[in-house]
Amino acid sequence: MSGLFQNIGFLQQGPFSIPRWEALFSHLDVLGQGALVTLLVASLGLALALALGTVIGVMSTSHWKILRGIARVYVEFFQNTPLLIQVFMLYNALPMLYPQVMIPVIVIGIMGVGMYHGAYIGEVVRAGIQSIGRGQLEAALAQGFSYVGAMRYIIIPQAMRIVLPPLTNQAVNLIKNTSVIAIIAGGDLMYAGDSFAGRYGHYGPTYIVVGLGYFLMCFPLAVLTRRLEDRTKGV
Amino acid sequence: MIKLVDVNKHFGLHHVLKDINLEVPMGEKLVVIGPSGGGKSTLIRCINMLERPSSGHVVVDAVDLMAHRAPIAKIRQSVAMVFQSFNLYPHKTVLENCTLAPIVVKGVPKEEATETALGYLERVGLREKADQYPAQLSGGQQQRVAIARALNMHPKVMLFDEPTSALDPEMIQEVLDVIIGLAHSGITMVVVTHEMGFAHEAADRVVFLDDGMIIEEGTPEHFFKNPQHDRTKLFLSKILR
Repeated sequence: MSGLFQNIGFLQQGPFSIPRWEALFSHLDVLGQGALVTLLVASLGLALALALGTVIGVMSTSHWKILRGIARVYVEFFQNTPLLIQVFMLYNALPMLYPQVMIPVIVIGIMGVGMYHGAYIGEVVRAGIQSIGRGQLEAALAQGFSYVGAMRYIIIPQAMRIVLPPLTNQAVNLIKNTSVIAIIAGGDLMYAGDSFAGRYGHYGPTYIVVGLGYFLMCFPLAVLTRRLEDRTKGV
Repeated sequence: MIKLVDVNKHFGLHHVLKDINLEVPMGEKLVVIGPSGGGKSTLIRCINMLERPSSGHVVVDAVDLMAHRAPIAKIRQSVAMVFQSFNLYPHKTVLENCTLAPIVVKGVPKEEATETALGYLERVGLREKADQYPAQLSGGQQQRVAIARALNMHPKVMLFDEPTSALDPEMIQEVLDVIIGLAHSGITMVVVTHEMGFAHEAADRVVFLDDGMIIEEGTPEHFFKNPQHDRTKLFLSKILR
């Protein structure tokens, strides 16, 4: 078989040569483990982001100025500083303040993407809540619901339908952004790929396969986003 | 049952309610009429504190809602409101619209809330629509559901804020018929409306509100046969034709 390609040099040598591909495919389990870590960080990070985003979104529409102010500061801080700095803060700076606190890298990843995308989801939720007419809140309050109860039973269920497409979009970005923990040895897909590739210089094939791994996680969500958008337009 | 004492409401520079004093005894059907922008809606919305007065007292069921930490949400459970724009919950079925607050807010068991809701839906002639969504109903039907939703809280007071103003003409009567039917029960009612026929038929007392002040009040007969103030006469001459 290899005789057939004898004269085709780039398959024998260079960044994308067949031996490099072979080496990669015999170590795919390493990437698989990294992908599991990525999925773990992404799913728990998304859960945290949704929880934080809902709270921030509700606070942004509150009639209490102080709550709106806190939400505003949170959103502006996380939206206007790089995720990487936030992760470095947790990884490098926090242990200097509290040497006894050792946060596992995976938890740093979850907190990092969770808080960062929580800010974005907060803005999405705020826009969704504000798109629901004032009459809905008034009807709920007039029936004796508390503000939080009105949000929970009346406003947020309606807002969720509207914000589902932008939310799935945020989920896609969150999955991709989990790759920042590669820089702090997070053990995720990006880290697993990069450390494998760096050991032998198999960068080309590894980055392609790692990229494909992220694509396979994100693309179904992107398709879902488009479907949801069509459905929203349909009604 | 309801007592407004020296109620003032300002929206910025706009003085919407001026020293309103009004008492509604238990069981009374009070109709509030007056030109648009005269403060009718603001007045009725002060009764359940959807608008907070700038000053004065709002006493409902012997509780001053202007007091510090007044149990406003608790009082609202027994003061139901029907809105001009229905404000049904679009993500809930007709039946769920009627049962949600009783179950969640008042802690009524689901079976009981469902049973009474179906009874009230029957009363407004919409029992067969119980499993549909509000968007599938006409405006008149939606408003009747809103009335059933209000009734299922078993309120002591019903507030109607222009309940027929957003309806197509052919649907006004079906809603008025339901409200008139209610008026014959013992419930206390405050109705803001432009429907003079309704005022005539259902009201114990009519209040004419203009420019944030109660200009004149009396029985329906007094208003339609013998109004005293020029502003009342002018308003009625425009609206009764």
